[in-house]
Amino acid sequence: MSTTTILEPTLPAATPRPRGRGRWNAPLVSGLILFALIVLCAVCAPLLTSYDPIQQNLNDAFLAPGSPGHPFGTDSLGRDVLSRLLYGARVDLQVGVLAVVSPFILGSLVGLVAGWFGGWVDAIIGRVVDVVIAFPFLVLVIALVFAIGPGTSSIYTAITLVGWVAYCRIVRGQVLIAKEQEYAMAARASGLPTWRILVRHLLPNVILQAFVFSMSDIVLTLLAIVTLGFLGLGVPPPTPDWGTMIQEGQQFILTKWYMSTIPGLAVVLTGLALALIADGIVDKANR
Amino acid sequence: MKYLIYILRRLVSLIPVLLGISFIVFFLIRLIPGDPAATLLGTHATPQAVEALRAQLGLDRPLWSQYLTFMGHLLQGNLGYSFVYDGSVSSLISTSLPVTLWLLVSGTVFTLLIAVPLAVLAAARRGGTADNIIRAVPVIGLGLPSFWLGIMLILVFGLKLGWFPVGGFGNDLAGHLRSIVLPGITVALALSPILIRSLRASMIDVLGSDYIVTAQAKGISTARVVFGHALRNAAVSSVTVLGVNIAYLTGATLVIERVFSLPGIGQQMINSILGRDFPTVQGITLVFAIMVVVVNLLTDVTHAVLDPRVKLT
Repeated sequence: MSTTTILEPTLPAATPRPRGRGRWNAPLVSGLILFALIVLCAVCAPLLTSYDPIQQNLNDAFLAPGSPGHPFGTDSLGRDVLSRLLYGARVDLQVGVLAVVSPFILGSLVGLVAGWFGGWVDAIIGRVVDVVIAFPFLVLVIALVFAIGPGTSSIYTAITLVGWVAYCRIVRGQVLIAKEQEYAMAARASGLPTWRILVRHLLPNVILQAFVFSMSDIVLTLLAIVTLGFLGLGVPPPTPDWGTMIQEGQQFILTKWYMSTIPGLAVVLTGLALALIADGIVDKANR
Repeated sequence: MKYLIYILRRLVSLIPVLLGISFIVFFLIRLIPGDPAATLLGTHATPQAVEALRAQLGLDRPLWSQYLTFMGHLLQGNLGYSFVYDGSVSSLISTSLPVTLWLLVSGTVFTLLIAVPLAVLAAARRGGTADNIIRAVPVIGLGLPSFWLGIMLILVFGLKLGWFPVGGFGNDLAGHLRSIVLPGITVALALSPILIRSLRASMIDVLGSDYIVTAQAKGISTARVVFGHALRNAAVSSVTVLGVNIAYLTGATLVIERVFSLPGIGQQMINSILGRDFPTVQGITLVFAIMVVVVNLLTDVTHAVLDPRVKLT
């Protein structure tokens, strides 16, 4: 891997440049712009709407989109849908992004240890990974959230306990390759302490693939959080959350089709932005 | 015979995983903060009731003895008794599991119906307009919440057009078939993007190989080369991708059953969670994990049967 990157700049391009060569590429740029717009809307929520997302107003319930003062209408409790969307973006984006950080760190460290030490350490970690992977992601997350109790911190805990395995597998595989290379052997031969070899020399070289995966993992995590909200196991009400909004809308689907459609489109748009970024980064990393 | 030995070997190698699964399911109840018995019964429970439940769950005994009892019951197919429904957890599961299996089968069938033609088209017209459109599908599909997709399908094909029931599972075979279409398509729309991506890539690989060039040189029609010669070989690697993702989607059926009010084990799990029916949640979590293990096993066996190069070890 590292030997080819040394040679690469001197080699003439044999084939026409495929999609994704170069500094930027179309999916990455469009994804970043779209995501930046969504984040901007979430950050500037108080400027974009004057309504409180949890303030009920039963006189104004079920207003259709386009009603004066309520561009996206109001829900069954008379809460402004636009304002719930914007404040919901704050909640879901924050939880979605943060919930990727701890599995990333935990999984990468465990993978590093498993790959480097090998032997029985690797064997034990490997068995644990096999077991966690045997559960469907969502089922184990839901069971854990149920056991630990509702709330944002249980969502983080549950996703960390289930999500680290993917990072562990990726990093372990990369370490197995990297530890046979000269720089790793040199570091070992020079008598550096193990933790220093791992953190200073190996980690920077093996983390790229884990980072690439974390981009698509954000999409999956966001979906998991919205799904938890839809099932009534997510961020507790009355905090606005897109999944809860979709679920509330489904009860009135017969007459008020837009109640589920609008927050769903918000998820789709955010998912698209993140998926485009992930796609662009994969292209860049694998060029 | 060699396949039988292979399957037996794989089954033996599954024992540690199955033990680990039972361990996690067993420890779920220990994760409940504080006293599980008191938490399960709620704030209005009398101390006597809490004590009784603690004894019933075996929480007053040492951990190793609890685990041994749990495993002993498990090996007899006894998953405990529901807190909410009158009856054993295994009888609850055996009534709802077929619905989930229906959903998985219908989801897989629709996935193949959607993914195979699109992937073949994209690979055969590589770089063309169709290919570019089809390649964009996985990117959009990745961020689509399947439950929302399900609601939209209900809205259009259930409510507006009235072609399919909006929920439930019907009473006879025809009713089952009709009510499993929309959920199956929902599963397929979530599953096919990944399959399209992998099948397209392996089709392109295969279409570039020497034996395809030879076949074309002999003057065999493009359709026959693509479907008769290339697809079979390209399918081998995609079987694994499909298997891995069916395992992943087993989890998504949980939400899809909820959307379409299908009385499967996913719906049962959510209801049990909302009803704080711990033994049922435990049992269903276990069944989900076993389903994944079985799908993975079937995937490996199918792969071995399809591809003679696979070493049966």
